[in-house]
Amino acid sequence: MEAVIFWACAVAAVVGALGVVLGRNPVHSALFLLLTLVTMAVFFLMQDADLVAIIQIVVYASAIVVLFLFVITLLGVDQRETFEEPNRFQRPLAIVFGALLLVQVIILLVRENITGAPSQVGPLSEPATGNVQTLAEALFTDYLWAFEITAVLLVIAVVGGVVLARRSGHRPVAGRGAEQ
Amino acid sequence: MDITPAYYLVLAAIIFTIGGVGLLVRRNTLVMFMCIELMLNAANLTFVTYAKALDDIGGQAIVFFTLVVAAAEVAVGLAIIVAIFRRRQNVTADDVNILEG
Repeated sequence: MEAVIFWACAVAAVVGALGVVLGRNPVHSALFLLLTLVTMAVFFLMQDADLVAIIQIVVYASAIVVLFLFVITLLGVDQRETFEEPNRFQRPLAIVFGALLLVQVIILLVRENITGAPSQVGPLSEPATGNVQTLAEALFTDYLWAFEITAVLLVIAVVGGVVLARRSGHRPVAGRGAEQ
Repeated sequence: MDITPAYYLVLAAIIFTIGGVGLLVRRNTLVMFMCIELMLNAANLTFVTYAKALDDIGGQAIVFFTLVVAAAEVAVGLAIIVAIFRRRQNVTADDVNILEG
């Protein structure tokens, strides 16, 4: 059963990834990205990462893909992207380097057995508590400082987004901000 | 047939590579962004796989932070794309060639 789910989702994930790269229309690319993100959530669920799978659906598959689609509709589908490469070496080189990268990563991941000391931070789940509680305990004890920094990072990102969107909108009419 | 961690790791490597090649090949900045998301997700899958294999909750905690960074990156990146579009009316990577050194 696990193997069936894995292979079905693996094929869907690779098809989605290829669709993102090969899709001529950015909207199609975004929808293929959604396919890959949802199958990733299935993989997370299969590996006892319940909270991460839910966050993947809520944040990635919902918020980020909707943000992409929103920007695509805001800008209009960019039909002017030509698939003729101005630099004739770029595409073959990209594929060659991609193949090299794939071979390297697979050798690195598969040749060696998984080593390392288990449970540096804590075991994945104790029988008494679920995955959510275990992950929350790790986040709010061992990773508390990093967790606080993510809050700062998100605030900076929001402020940066507002500043970028606002300033460029004001540029054509100088001094309009002063009147308001 | 048993699904070992190696299957997940190879799948993550394949998706990471597809994302990387797409980033190099495509010229539409929005699609390039989506390829970056693919690469981040492949890395997340590797983290979750190792968390399971080593029985360590730390791997999943890192994925949580990666998701936060990805969300922040998308928010700022899309704002930059919108800002470029307002000036240039186009968002392919060749349109920002003024950034070349």
